[in-house]
Amino acid sequence: MREWLHLGKEWIESRFPLKEFWEDHLVKYYAPKNLNFWYFFGSLAMLVFGIQVITGIFLTMNYKPTAETAFASVEYIMRDVNWGWLIRYMHSTGASFFFVVIYLHMFRAFLYGSYKKPRELLWLFGVMLFLLLMAEAFMGYLLPWGQMSYWGAQVIISLFGAIPVIGNELALWIRGDFVVADATLNRFFAFHVIAFPLLLIALVAFHLIALHRVGSNNPDGIEIKEKKNAQGIPLDGIPFHPYFTLKDMLGAIVFLMIFSAVVFYYPEMGGWFLEKDNFVPADPLKTPEHITPLWYFTPYYAILRAVPDKFLGVVLMGAAIAVLFVVPWLDRSPVKSIRYRGPIYKAALAIFVVSFIALGYLGTVAATPIATTFSRIGTIIYFAFFLLMPVYTKYDKPKPLPDRVR
Amino acid sequence: MKHYLLIISLLLVSGTVGAAERYHLDKANIDPVDTESLRRGAVFFANYCFNCHAAALMRYNRIGRDLGYDEAQLESLFIFTGAKVGDLMEIAMQPEEAMRWFGVVPPDLSVVSRSRGVDWIYTYLRSFYKDDSRPWGVNNTVFKDVAMPHVLWELQGLQAPQFDVITDKEGIQRQVITGLAPLEPGKLSTDQYDAAVRDLVNYLHYMGEPAKQSRLQLGKWVLLYLLLFFVVVWLLKKEYWKDVH
Repeated sequence: MREWLHLGKEWIESRFPLKEFWEDHLVKYYAPKNLNFWYFFGSLAMLVFGIQVITGIFLTMNYKPTAETAFASVEYIMRDVNWGWLIRYMHSTGASFFFVVIYLHMFRAFLYGSYKKPRELLWLFGVMLFLLLMAEAFMGYLLPWGQMSYWGAQVIISLFGAIPVIGNELALWIRGDFVVADATLNRFFAFHVIAFPLLLIALVAFHLIALHRVGSNNPDGIEIKEKKNAQGIPLDGIPFHPYFTLKDMLGAIVFLMIFSAVVFYYPEMGGWFLEKDNFVPADPLKTPEHITPLWYFTPYYAILRAVPDKFLGVVLMGAAIAVLFVVPWLDRSPVKSIRYRGPIYKAALAIFVVSFIALGYLGTVAATPIATTFSRIGTIIYFAFFLLMPVYTKYDKPKPLPDRVR
Repeated sequence: MKHYLLIISLLLVSGTVGAAERYHLDKANIDPVDTESLRRGAVFFANYCFNCHAAALMRYNRIGRDLGYDEAQLESLFIFTGAKVGDLMEIAMQPEEAMRWFGVVPPDLSVVSRSRGVDWIYTYLRSFYKDDSRPWGVNNTVFKDVAMPHVLWELQGLQAPQFDVITDKEGIQRQVITGLAPLEPGKLSTDQYDAAVRDLVNYLHYMGEPAKQSRLQLGKWVLLYLLLFFVVVWLLKKEYWKDVH
């Protein structure tokens, strides 16, 4: 038996670098031993992606992507397909949790300066993933073909119409019709189940390859690779497997408990994960009173609405995401981690988080004059955090860095 | 910072007040595990709603399975067309006819409990009042100028609106409805009528998500399993991490 196993291993090894891969990325990949709570969200994002792909496959088997049948086929999944309700709720809850996890993952980068040299490219891949995820979620949300699906898509696609000269043609080209219609649903389905998942998988691979080249940052923001023992192993590094596979598994189980609590007890999450109006089939002739995107888009929607001019609003919304790409070069602080930064960055990050959450809330309410005023304040804070970063991180007084991680 | 938080919280409060001004919703207080109530509601639905409103995302035999009706009972209680028990609950009325008679196509009620909420439906069905200016002689405080006639008037009787004159924020005097009072009695007392509507709403809630009870039942086992799994992995992790300092 053992002989056979050995032969099998040899056979594979001479044809495929299995052992090398196992060692390079798991048992001889050294991660800082002081990774804390905030470092769970990377592996959790992979877990949610897995959940979305697997539940998505089963949904695709029963979902019918036409304007005539889409809404009913979702309810068919909820009623007539064995375990269909569970698959569907896991997918709809998974979408929201994906953004919870990603927003926390990104927040971690701001806490510990994970985007700073040498991890700029890792961060760029991450921002691209964030953009792709938004597109994936937006297209997926059209598929149930409820009122919010329909009118949300109508509003967002019409934004392209605000672009001078080519705008209307572009919006028409995206929709494939003069309004959101069957053609739009069909192509969004294709993008949602094939194009964007493929791009996501490719970029996740790049993100991980880049991560494994530079190694994880850590809450102290000092490079563990600078202090190695005689064998060339970082003194403060421990093998990813079994240490972090087990630790991440614990994180995954806690995550799944929260996730399951929502799936089984609050799948609508009071209208935040599944909107009430989306239980009304799409009706091109009846505009809902109050069109709001799902919660994960609302901070950017609030920025869009804060600007009186539609085109400038679109530009500003785009800029709000584009600015993330240059963060590694905006931050001039000599230290990475918030533990050793001065008070200015701490205050700036705190104000930014509060205003981002406030923008998220403002994006869900009607655009009353007072809400618009606050959206403008929030928008200014959002951009100030990034655009003033070169100034305030330069003058902020950092604390001395420790020699080794704590 | 503090100032900012205060403003945000004030904003939150003003938002909720604005929403509550429109109309008051009574609590439906349904009991989703009361099978008797669900069965009464199902029959009530079939008799009073199902001629004009379809429930075309639901199958007859799903009701049979969940509420305990056999095929013969389903056929006599629920099926008024030539449908089979495995069919979807569609109605005979054509959309064109509906447009001619009501001016709108009565909405499908399969998932109405999820879009409107049970309290809304419960309040709506008890809020018709006499209004001779409307085509069907009735109006509704929850759904102003609704195209639906008061189908249940025979049971509830008719209500008359009670008016009051108020001065709004701009200083304009307006007549508002403050309440509804019985005008002509129906076959049921107020309590009986409310109970019948509650049963109906309970059924609509069930029909909105037939799998809800199994979802709730399964949830605790999944969480229990994850808890046990957590303990095992936690012990294992602790053992491995012993040598990390």
